[in-house]
Amino acid sequence: MDLFIDVLSWTLLTLGGLAVLVGGIGALRMPDLYTRMHAASVTDSLGAILVIAGIMLQAGLSLATIKLAAILLFLLLTSPTSSNALASAALLAGTKPLSERSDAEGES
Amino acid sequence: MTEIFGTFLLSLLVITAVAIVRTKNLFVAVMLMSIASLLIAAVFFLLDAADVALTEAAVGAGISTVLFLGALALTFERERPSATKRALPVIVTVIAALVVIYATFDKPRLGDPEAPVHRHVAPWYLEKTPEYVDIPNVVTAVLGTFRGYDTLGEVFVVFTAGIGVLFLLGYGRVTRSADEETEINVGLRHHLIPRTVGRLLIPFILLFGLYVQFHGEYGPGGGFQAGAIIAASMILYALLEGERHALDVLPQRLLLGLMAGGAILYTGVGILGMLLGGNFLDYSVLSDNPVAGQQLGIILIEAGVGITVTGTLLAIFHAFAARER
Repeated sequence: MDLFIDVLSWTLLTLGGLAVLVGGIGALRMPDLYTRMHAASVTDSLGAILVIAGIMLQAGLSLATIKLAAILLFLLLTSPTSSNALASAALLAGTKPLSERSDAEGES
Repeated sequence: MTEIFGTFLLSLLVITAVAIVRTKNLFVAVMLMSIASLLIAAVFFLLDAADVALTEAAVGAGISTVLFLGALALTFERERPSATKRALPVIVTVIAALVVIYATFDKPRLGDPEAPVHRHVAPWYLEKTPEYVDIPNVVTAVLGTFRGYDTLGEVFVVFTAGIGVLFLLGYGRVTRSADEETEINVGLRHHLIPRTVGRLLIPFILLFGLYVQFHGEYGPGGGFQAGAIIAASMILYALLEGERHALDVLPQRLLLGLMAGGAILYTGVGILGMLLGGNFLDYSVLSDNPVAGQQLGIILIEAGVGITVTGTLLAIFHAFAARER
């Protein structure tokens, strides 16, 4: 049973690490701000969920698990909100999405 | 394992520091400073210094970023090209860096039990804390009672810094245009999502601040960290509802009172000890049982620290905002 939980938890941790890596690569490689944010959001949604779930399995039923759950809830509430705030701030500042730019403007 | 993580974090820190120096965009520099603080906090945590890590994360990465942004709003986003020559500062910096690196060769290795820091007063603190104070967090015992003078000094440093900033920014000089629908008065009230989530979170941030304040004897935390967290929740309120509404909740006059009041509470506990027949900042006489007296004293002075830090940080924040109005 312990082995099963260990394998499951390390699988989750590895997948979470992969999600963070993919998010990081995406944030570097995507062409404009909005697509970059889209890539980065993989880090703090899927990546955070997988990593924290993995650590929760390692921690077992203890106070640490409850704290981790609270952290996860906090992350799930705040990171989409900050993404929303960032995107609307960018829109207000006049950054147009790539699809709405005319070709004359080209890449920035 | 500590070495691997430490090397990784410190390498990132060096990269961040170089990026801060090289960027011409001050907004980017502020964000990088915040990242640097977070990295340092992680390093502190790696070295088991949870109290310091909490302070660095709350003050360095949180509040000071907000204050930097407040300052940035008053000036320009891009660094002005400097006309002075670069050669001399670079030479001085390189020499200073080489001296510091040379000095690290004399430093004892990490975790060396023979290191002076582990042989001087630290063993005495570790040994006597259960006997004299009887609280699990030795850091709080050292800060609150063994080195109470130092912490009193720190509180007055915070207080003096706050007064200095208020003098520089001209507290109360700017007349307020209360009813105008300016950005600073309205905040993010027209932005539904940040406002809803923010309003949901503020009570929990306040609660966490109080937990850090009063749990400081048992876990990492204390007045400095709690003050920063409580100030952060009020700053969040100001950003969401408009700075003026935050001033309605906690007027600047009250914040000045908090600034002074916390320091007075700390000093008052010290003087009370003298009146009851002990030394200045000797809490043993506050209660019939010396250990209970120590614990009571620590709770009171930590409250004083928290109150002063909250008041100072919020007063500085509002002083920046008042310049913008």
